[in-house]
Amino acid sequence: MTDAPLLDVEDLAVEFHVGGTVQRAVQGVSLSLARGRTLGVVGESGCGKSVTSLSIMRLVPQPPGVYAGGAIRFDGRDLLTLPEAEMRALRGGRIGMIFQEPMTSLNPVYTCGAQIEESLSVHSNLSPKAARERAIEMLDLVGLPSPRQRADDYPHQLSGGQRQRVMIALALANEPDLLIADEPTTALDVTIQAQILDLMGDLRGRTGAAVMLVTHDLGVVAQTCDDVVVMYAGRVVEKAPTAALFADPQHPYTVGLMAAVPRIDTAVDRLTTIPGSVPPPWSKITGCRFASRCPLASEKCRTQDPPLRDLSPGHGVACWHAPIEAAA
Amino acid sequence: MLTQIVNRLLISIPVLFGVLLLGFGLLILVPGDPAIVMAGPTATPDVVDKIRAEMGLDEPVYVQFFSYLGRVLQGDLGRSLISNKTVVSELLAAIGPTAELMVACLIWSVPLGIALGTLAAVFRGGLIDRTIMAISVAGVSLPIFFICLMMIQFVGVKWQLLPFIGRGGPLWTVDGLRHIALPALSLGAIFIGPVARMTRSSVLEVLKLDHVRTARAKGLSETRVILRHGLRNALIPVVTLIGLQAGYLVGGAVVTESIFSYPGIGRLAVGAILSSDFPLAQGAILILALGFILINMIVDILYALLDPRVQT
Repeated sequence: MTDAPLLDVEDLAVEFHVGGTVQRAVQGVSLSLARGRTLGVVGESGCGKSVTSLSIMRLVPQPPGVYAGGAIRFDGRDLLTLPEAEMRALRGGRIGMIFQEPMTSLNPVYTCGAQIEESLSVHSNLSPKAARERAIEMLDLVGLPSPRQRADDYPHQLSGGQRQRVMIALALANEPDLLIADEPTTALDVTIQAQILDLMGDLRGRTGAAVMLVTHDLGVVAQTCDDVVVMYAGRVVEKAPTAALFADPQHPYTVGLMAAVPRIDTAVDRLTTIPGSVPPPWSKITGCRFASRCPLASEKCRTQDPPLRDLSPGHGVACWHAPIEAAA
Repeated sequence: MLTQIVNRLLISIPVLFGVLLLGFGLLILVPGDPAIVMAGPTATPDVVDKIRAEMGLDEPVYVQFFSYLGRVLQGDLGRSLISNKTVVSELLAAIGPTAELMVACLIWSVPLGIALGTLAAVFRGGLIDRTIMAISVAGVSLPIFFICLMMIQFVGVKWQLLPFIGRGGPLWTVDGLRHIALPALSLGAIFIGPVARMTRSSVLEVLKLDHVRTARAKGLSETRVILRHGLRNALIPVVTLIGLQAGYLVGGAVVTESIFSYPGIGRLAVGAILSSDFPLAQGAILILALGFILINMIVDILYALLDPRVQT
């Protein structure tokens, strides 16, 4: 058993060069994920979560996207320098991905079965007949009733939840070692959300795949993840095991995020928010990117960018004021 | 699928009625008296009057129309005033060549247009894209008669590569192919531009969609992503466009056939109108309209085949 993580993102930087301006979508992001573990990546819209996950698949559209630095090591190999043909073999093979929009992520002109079979045919040398059987087996595995009929259905004949199940079946068809789920439940209503999360947890247990779950929903993270990375404006601001993060959040942004989750046991008139908004990726920031919204911000925060440092083993924070008292 | 075809057929009935009405009305309005044409230049007024009465041309217009309608429904389109053959037999002789011309035109221009449009989309903004778009603008802007004349001038006369008069025989013979080449090339030229443009924009549109990202995430090669997940979906609006362009195809066939003396429906129609051969002109217009309806029906069926969402 090696200790090397399955996925190790180190100092990743992704930029978008649009009309002469450089937008730094992701800057210095590091995270790692061991086999069989689930990593939650949280943050609000525009914080670089999706770009990070797309980067692992090397699917950030180029141009305008540019991988400006860092490394993404998957099983010891740097994906950013891998030849395209080898990268293709990983995509859909050892790395599966589920997207946020089940309604539009399947091709409307092919049956659900055919879309899974296509992925199987690319990555294995199954006969068409065997591929079909395997596709039906996958649809059964993700809990679609009468999978044999569903395989012949077109995406528009299924509901959003069913389509997301098809997407999961598609992502898992080739038994990937890593499953990247980019907000897999955001577009679904709450009951279906719970079903899909249960399904993913169940399948992870069965296949032993590592899961990277991108979400903005802290509830989802608490329920499903072993470790959490909190991102803000293209940076990792805090990373910790889930229990530690929820028990003792250290970054003011994490604290703010948790305070913003409405509680069922307290009556409030207005929900708590973090004042201000995420700085746009083209803005030039010196110092901490959260300083403009941070209640603790000091002169040092506005001039010097805090590095991510470990407070305790496995719990890193990028804040000059950490450790703070758990007061929020 | 079957109900769709039946529906289309039912919808074509009022369209055909309109075509018959317009075809009839236009020829009533056009100067020229068929009775005089039939009687010949030396006939006395008595003879002309007699012929007019025989043909029912002295009846009120609506009576003429409904008796015409009744005859059409029985498959009787009358006789040509010039050749005295039945209109049906004249049309039957001309329909094959015209169908061949349309097939020969579409079979090269549509695939080429789609291929060029896809290439332009893939290499968007580059030299290939700009060259293809320049060609397609030229194709859209040049009038069909001009293209025909240039073909005759250069390919036919100057370089003497291909014959440019008449028809050489059925499409599957060498002579037939040689004769149909220039008309088909000229007529197809007006198709490439619109098809290439529509394909380009449609492919660009589709390649931005989420399901294309899914296709890439499956590890498919870029070629496969573009052809199977981009082009396949992008063809849906292209097919619609081809249906809309069917009118140009029919109109273009009239011009092309006339210029190349190609013995099809188009040339028949022009000849009939120029010589005031009313029954033949009406018949030719009817057939051209039928062709238009038929092309659109094929397009609708193709549409349903391409997009499963249309069927349910």
